[in-house]
Amino acid sequence: MLSLATVSAGYGSFQALFGVSLEVSRGEAVGVIGPNGAGKTTLMRVISGILPMRTGAMTFEGRPIGGLPAHRVVEQGIAHVPENRRLFPRLSVEENLRMGAFIPPARARFSEQLDWVYDLFPRLKDRRKQLAGTMSGGEQQMCAIARALMSKPKVLLMDEPSAGLAPLVVAQVFELVRKIRAEGLTVLIVEQNVQQVLEVVDRAYLLEVGAIKLSGTSAELKGNSFIREAYMGL
Amino acid sequence: MFLAAGIVVLIALPLVAPTYFLHLVIQILIWAFIYTAWSLMGRFGFVSFGHGAFMGIGAYVPALLWGYWDVTPWLGIPLSVMASVLLAVIVGYPCFRRKVVGHYFALVTLALSQVVLLSLIAARDITGGSLGFTQKTVGHSWYALQFPEKGYFYAIAVLLWLAGLWVWLWIDRGIGREALEAISEDEDAAAAVGIDVMREKMRVTVISAALTALGGAIYGQYVMYLNPETVSGISVSLQIVFAAILGGVYSLFGPSVGSLLTLSLTEGLRVWFGTNFIGAANTIYGILLVLCVIFMPQGVVGTLQLIRLRRRSQAKPAAAQDGVTAQDGVTAKGGVTAKGGVTT
Amino acid sequence: MDIYLVEAIINGILLGGVLALLALGLNLIFGVMDVVWIAYADIVMCGMYAIYFLYAQYGVPLPLAFIIAIAGVSGLGVLVHLLIIAPVLDSPPLNQLLATGGLLFFLQSFATLLFGTDFRNIGVRLPVLEIASMYVSFARLIAFAVGLIGAVALYFFLKRTYVGTAIRAIAQDREIVALMGIDQRRIYIVVSAIGGALAGLAACLLALQYDVHPFIGNTFGPVIFIICVLGGLGNMIGGFIAAFVISQIIAIGGYYASTELSYVLAFTFFIVLMLIRPRGLFAP
Repeated sequence: MLSLATVSAGYGSFQALFGVSLEVSRGEAVGVIGPNGAGKTTLMRVISGILPMRTGAMTFEGRPIGGLPAHRVVEQGIAHVPENRRLFPRLSVEENLRMGAFIPPARARFSEQLDWVYDLFPRLKDRRKQLAGTMSGGEQQMCAIARALMSKPKVLLMDEPSAGLAPLVVAQVFELVRKIRAEGLTVLIVEQNVQQVLEVVDRAYLLEVGAIKLSGTSAELKGNSFIREAYMGL
Repeated sequence: MFLAAGIVVLIALPLVAPTYFLHLVIQILIWAFIYTAWSLMGRFGFVSFGHGAFMGIGAYVPALLWGYWDVTPWLGIPLSVMASVLLAVIVGYPCFRRKVVGHYFALVTLALSQVVLLSLIAARDITGGSLGFTQKTVGHSWYALQFPEKGYFYAIAVLLWLAGLWVWLWIDRGIGREALEAISEDEDAAAAVGIDVMREKMRVTVISAALTALGGAIYGQYVMYLNPETVSGISVSLQIVFAAILGGVYSLFGPSVGSLLTLSLTEGLRVWFGTNFIGAANTIYGILLVLCVIFMPQGVVGTLQLIRLRRRSQAKPAAAQDGVTAQDGVTAKGGVTAKGGVTT
Repeated sequence: MDIYLVEAIINGILLGGVLALLALGLNLIFGVMDVVWIAYADIVMCGMYAIYFLYAQYGVPLPLAFIIAIAGVSGLGVLVHLLIIAPVLDSPPLNQLLATGGLLFFLQSFATLLFGTDFRNIGVRLPVLEIASMYVSFARLIAFAVGLIGAVALYFFLKRTYVGTAIRAIAQDREIVALMGIDQRRIYIVVSAIGGALAGLAACLLALQYDVHPFIGNTFGPVIFIICVLGGLGNMIGGFIAAFVISQIIAIGGYYASTELSYVLAFTFFIVLMLIRPRGLFAP
């Protein structure tokens, strides 16, 4: 469904991604793990179009998305939950969700989509009028995910959803990811928390210094000694 | 080589040039001095839109003292300079204390120049308001600092201009310059390494204000007619900023070049079109300023230096030059930058 | 209380209406794009000239002239954005200030070139109402009412519509709005158009009360700036309130001293306040 072929990208004279290739099939949950500075966030930004791709090709459902500006990528059905949530702090929860439904097809289905999202995230419904910036980290993460879901995407990109959250909340977030998958969404998660993410995804890629070093099913990776030592502290 | 030719020209000018031409040169020199004074602050990113305030005070105080109480400008001018410095301190100190920078600083200084303008107009019983103030003429007099023969003011203007350049160099070559560049790049970091931010900022502000006032005073003594709109207010402040930027605010001669260009343009247009096209010069300035900001942020002199450096670096490997680096354009701190240059 | 003082206070409130409208426009643009349109007052001047020529010279009925002026100035706003603001959006604030400063120069001089420095009045004489032995200019009353309506309309637009909410969103996080399918550049154009429209509306209201000349921007422009900074640059509500604070200072100062001195007072008040609370009375 989503496929990257030898994609390179960078910031100014600094190259962050070197020929990255990966595939995500419909209904799958795929993870991208790796250390800080590996280029995981850069990867997400390239896919969602915030950062332009330099070389390579990206296709989604067979259509090329490589040169699309960010605001067009959403229309294709790819929604990105950014690193650090990036909610609009002085808008209410519901206003943030409304922004998630900005594109015309989503606007038309707004109320129905809103009900669905509130079912998934009952805590958000309680806080619908609250200013997003005043919520706790976990609530903000839920709001960010909910906001991305408002455009009724086919693929959800999640950038480090567990970052900065307490362990209990992290567990809740990943529980949410399972729920979202159950609703039929395809998910691509970038994560530092290797242990938790491998429980949730089918497959994963290891990204180090801008290049894919390993890939495999989550079972394979869980058993891989390198990964166990370097990333799971075992 | 250039220097020798320049000196010869400077000395020879009053002897051979027609009066009208000399009149132009004197004004170019005085304004060049003022623009240079502004650039003392401007080059470090402390962009004041309020230097019209200092110029206005500098121009009016000696004129009023002379006009009403026969006080010699030799006394009046220092007084006006001190008044401007006082104003600069009163407004500048709290401003810098409270880290008023960027947009806010620009707008506060803008308000300052408007206050002076409006005060001058409001005190119309004394200053003549919008109709202006004509100085009392007494012919040739050292006491009143009035000289009908252009030659004297030419000498004064040249000395003033050279003094301004000297001050520029003094600051440029001194330790203060590095401290100020550090401050303009990152004030907190500069303070962290022990730079007395407040003292450096106040020092350059006071010098800039004092010189601007002096320039205003000499201008007033020369043209003998003052109008709030021509020596104070937002238009004058913008004019100062514009000319300095156009010429190039990071180089020694930049502001002077700016003065040369802008005044030549005005005169040229006036001669060519006559009074039919009042406003044509400024219209062109406005367009030039916008284009300059978009395409040539280092100004004319700065861009020429850049071109010269690029040519040199193509001949042999570039070495960092005094004040201008060859890497991606002129490095500027906290202010006007070249495209692709380092920004704050 | 002295009836003339009350009259001054009321006139001050009415004056505040138009100032508030302009402050809203400036704050909207700054809040979204971080750029101060130094030439904003001069854009209003363009609108006033447009109304003058349409109505007083070509006999276009006044309501139509108003509509054309508002549309025209709105378009001018977009043009300014595309030609001048967009290229310097990522430049340091100084460059942006200079760019709009250059525009100010240009507009004022071009107007001088085209129309000369004469003061022109559209010649509409609206009655002066007498209310409880106080004199209130009808023109100013209308200006206040329209200004208020404009402010309220803007409020609802920003709060209740998708585009309006998107404008508020982009002011809070410019980069991330693209992830929701919001085209930044289009929002900038919309905001410039609204800012221009507000300026055009202000032009209509001012044309009813004042003469137009090329430098009229210098009379109320700086006042608008200090109002915006006082209320906190980008803070729409702060600017709205600050407009009335300043207009009161001008009105009451004008009553006790002269109009000019009241402006001096207002500016001095601003400078003093800046030194006490640099972020404005109500920083966001």
